[in-house]
Amino acid sequence: MTELERWLTGSTDTAGPAMERLRARLTTEAQERNLLDVAYRTVDTPVGSLLLAATPAGLVRVAYTREDHDAVLDTLARRISPRVLRAPARLDDVARQLDDYFAHRRHGFDLQVDLRLASGFRRTVLEHLSDVDYGRTVSYAELAAEVGNPRAVRAVGTACATNPVPVVIPCHRVVRSDGTPGEYVGGAEIKRTLLNFEHTG
Amino acid sequence: MSLPPFDYVVTEYGPVVLRVCRALLPLHDAEDAAGDAFLAALEAYPRLRVDSDIKAWLVTIAHRKALDVLRRRARHATPVSDVPELPHGGEPVVADERLWQTLRGLPEKQRQAVAYHYIADLAYAEVGTIMGTTEAAARRNAADGIKALRRDYPFTTAKQEVTP
Repeated sequence: MTELERWLTGSTDTAGPAMERLRARLTTEAQERNLLDVAYRTVDTPVGSLLLAATPAGLVRVAYTREDHDAVLDTLARRISPRVLRAPARLDDVARQLDDYFAHRRHGFDLQVDLRLASGFRRTVLEHLSDVDYGRTVSYAELAAEVGNPRAVRAVGTACATNPVPVVIPCHRVVRSDGTPGEYVGGAEIKRTLLNFEHTG
Repeated sequence: MSLPPFDYVVTEYGPVVLRVCRALLPLHDAEDAAGDAFLAALEAYPRLRVDSDIKAWLVTIAHRKALDVLRRRARHATPVSDVPELPHGGEPVVADERLWQTLRGLPEKQRQAVAYHYIADLAYAEVGTIMGTTEAAARRNAADGIKALRRDYPFTTAKQEVTP
């Protein structure tokens, strides 16, 4: 390849500022034209980087790094829409409320949540979970009884394990009947961290 | 298999679409055309076949958007200045601008063929399809264009003198 050809392919060029302008314009106009089906950003928290994703209906996904953010975005593209764009401003409010939560300034979230990724019984369980207050815990068995299906303890566990919006819908407050934390979508260690954190706050 | 998130498409192909548009239009118009192209692509994206060549698809859209911008320009008869245009925000002045100008000064077909084959790295058959011409004509146009550019290329070595 000649030097001229290398110049043409741009291998010596960085389009940084032009790319930023392109992205800024694209996100603004996509939003104006209702083409921003899934907006996302990441936030740094004491439990690692969290991926936040929203549809026009509300917050649709919160993901821990162990879930692999790229894999989560691929899934959102497949299950909701491939029109997925990084658009931090759209998630400013969510990011701010999470900041407040991790700074002990807030005990609950005031957000529109889009639960389209959970259906049927799992969704019912998640809807009940919003009633478990900050600093409190409930056992899988108690939660099963509360949703009117006391034998569905295992299904309650699955609902928690597949919670698309952890932290915001507090599945970390659901523990084993013997009081030990049990499994968590973000990992058992993070569950313990969150429970201790809420206990001291 | 499914379509990747559109954000990946922007990251992966944004730079090449910007460069293609820059070969076709003055800097400010080039960014407009690239922006128009990505917005149109986002709109149509869910209907794109999963096995499509995403880069060729984007370059085809950029080609049409660049023609739209040129047509708009012609209608409003605004004189197109080819003085190095620099965006606000202070990108460093690069001597490369001289080469971009030479590229934009080429006859339209040569300019397009060089942009799609050498900048976007598309096969001549694809370049021909985008330009609405044959593979052979695309190849000829690219060869003529590259020859003209080569005559002017030494100018970019001036970069060494202006860059501290």
